[in-house]
Amino acid sequence: MLSLIFFYVLAAILLAAATGVIVARNPVYSVLYLVLAFVTSAVLWLLLEAEFLAIALVLVYVGAVMVLFLFVVMMLDVERAERQASFTRYAPVGAALAFVVAGELIAAFWLKSRSMPMTSFQAPRDAGYSNTRELGAVLYTQHVYAFELAAMILLLAIVTAIVLTMRRRPGLKAQDISAQVAVRAEDRVRLVSMPAETDE
Amino acid sequence: MIEQLTNLLDFLPPVLLTIVVSAAKIVPLVVVLILCVAFLTLAERKVIGAMQSRVGPNRVGPRGLGQPFADVIKLLLKEVILPARSNRILFLIAPLLSIIPALAAWAVVPLFPGFAIADIDAGLLYVLALTSLSVYGVILAGWATNSKYALLGAMRSAAQIVAYEIAMGFALVGVLMAGGSLNLGQIVAAQAGGPAQWFWLPLFPLFVVYFISGVAETNRAPFDVAEGESEIVAGFHVEYSGVAFAVFFLAEYANMILIAALTAVLFLGGWESPFAGPLYAFLDGGVLEFIRHDSLLWLSAKIAVFLFCFLWFRATFPRYRYDQIMRLGWKVFIPVTIVWIFVEGAMVVMQVGPWSA
Repeated sequence: MLSLIFFYVLAAILLAAATGVIVARNPVYSVLYLVLAFVTSAVLWLLLEAEFLAIALVLVYVGAVMVLFLFVVMMLDVERAERQASFTRYAPVGAALAFVVAGELIAAFWLKSRSMPMTSFQAPRDAGYSNTRELGAVLYTQHVYAFELAAMILLLAIVTAIVLTMRRRPGLKAQDISAQVAVRAEDRVRLVSMPAETDE
Repeated sequence: MIEQLTNLLDFLPPVLLTIVVSAAKIVPLVVVLILCVAFLTLAERKVIGAMQSRVGPNRVGPRGLGQPFADVIKLLLKEVILPARSNRILFLIAPLLSIIPALAAWAVVPLFPGFAIADIDAGLLYVLALTSLSVYGVILAGWATNSKYALLGAMRSAAQIVAYEIAMGFALVGVLMAGGSLNLGQIVAAQAGGPAQWFWLPLFPLFVVYFISGVAETNRAPFDVAEGESEIVAGFHVEYSGVAFAVFFLAEYANMILIAALTAVLFLGGWESPFAGPLYAFLDGGVLEFIRHDSLLWLSAKIAVFLFCFLWFRATFPRYRYDQIMRLGWKVFIPVTIVWIFVEGAMVVMQVGPWSA
């Protein structure tokens, strides 16, 4: 009963936030509504006892992806962006995309509903159930190759991004900190001994 | 104690009972945390004062102990100024967004053997998710203020936090491999057996990277370019005054305590006593027997050590230049952590160190 109330309240917030993303005039508000939508769906997943996925959603999308979105959107010239935004111009494209996505979702639900009942509630698990453990068991057995492959691709992406910055432009007068630290007095000061000058 | 409370109040409906019992755990923790923050600000001024051959605050109360309360009363009585043309809603929400994650993350921190407010299985992930949320407060404050200096501070902070979060995440992967669990209580339990078994030794590079990244994440000196008094006045909180500023201040210090606690839990055995081994059996029966038991005392002592390091860094190091911060985060810390994860993998396979059993 209580979880039902929670579900409907959160679902209402989620839908309102999702609407806010597209109707907000200020792009920063759009991003913030999207953040709210992600957080609400994470809480909905918590109601489904998918704690690992819920926290991962917050960590990846809210904690990393949306921060970068906000970072970029904040630097936009908001006044100009508001003037240029024309809802009607992009409406046909958006509507077409929405229809395609909705069609796909309905097809997916229809296919799923033939193999398993969609309307019945799943009984809550007992306290010892660990969603994290279950997920790990599937990821490291059944899907181990796909999982390892995805992990390697992501690692490669981060290493590559760092390697790209490792280039050295010629003619750049940058400090070499280790050279500065390692310098000794003999490298900078040359002590010469010369005979003292005399008047003769 | 919690069981007694549950038995005492079992006439209540279960929903209400859950709320009351949770509140009985949460409220004392939050009160203690806020008191810790108050005295941490005093400790900071005293410690840095001592390091600079000054006395520090000594006017309010005996030995200056009333200073934090005087500061709080001063800040509460001041006017909250809303800058013209700022975004009011976001301007006022931003401080809350920075304090909430700093306090909420404490829910999973194991305080003493067998106790955390929420003993969840994905605890480590929860901590990582919440610490990554604290950046929103800073970014939104900078943007909502509608000032160049605040926006610059927010930009710097966002880039810095994103950079150091990756190194932090990789350091946590190492802890995860060593502890064999995402549950913080089980990670502490995996470190049983004295200081040599704590993870700081086999994971030493990750320990150093984690703590320094923690300093960077909390925007503390020498990584405090988001405030950068010498260039951008006070950065993201330049226009904040009164209570709104106090909340940012509280969040910064609460985050410091959180990072210190997490470093202690993940790398220094949390509540484990360093004198637990049979070597120190001679202490049994004496007045000092209590130091052989695992307790909140040891967690507090370890947190205090790290907090002292925070203050020490601030008194010692000059502020980093911004490009050097980025270089340290991306080009030094991330490669170090990746290499050490591979080394750790090799150690697990070869069964050296803590994996020899």
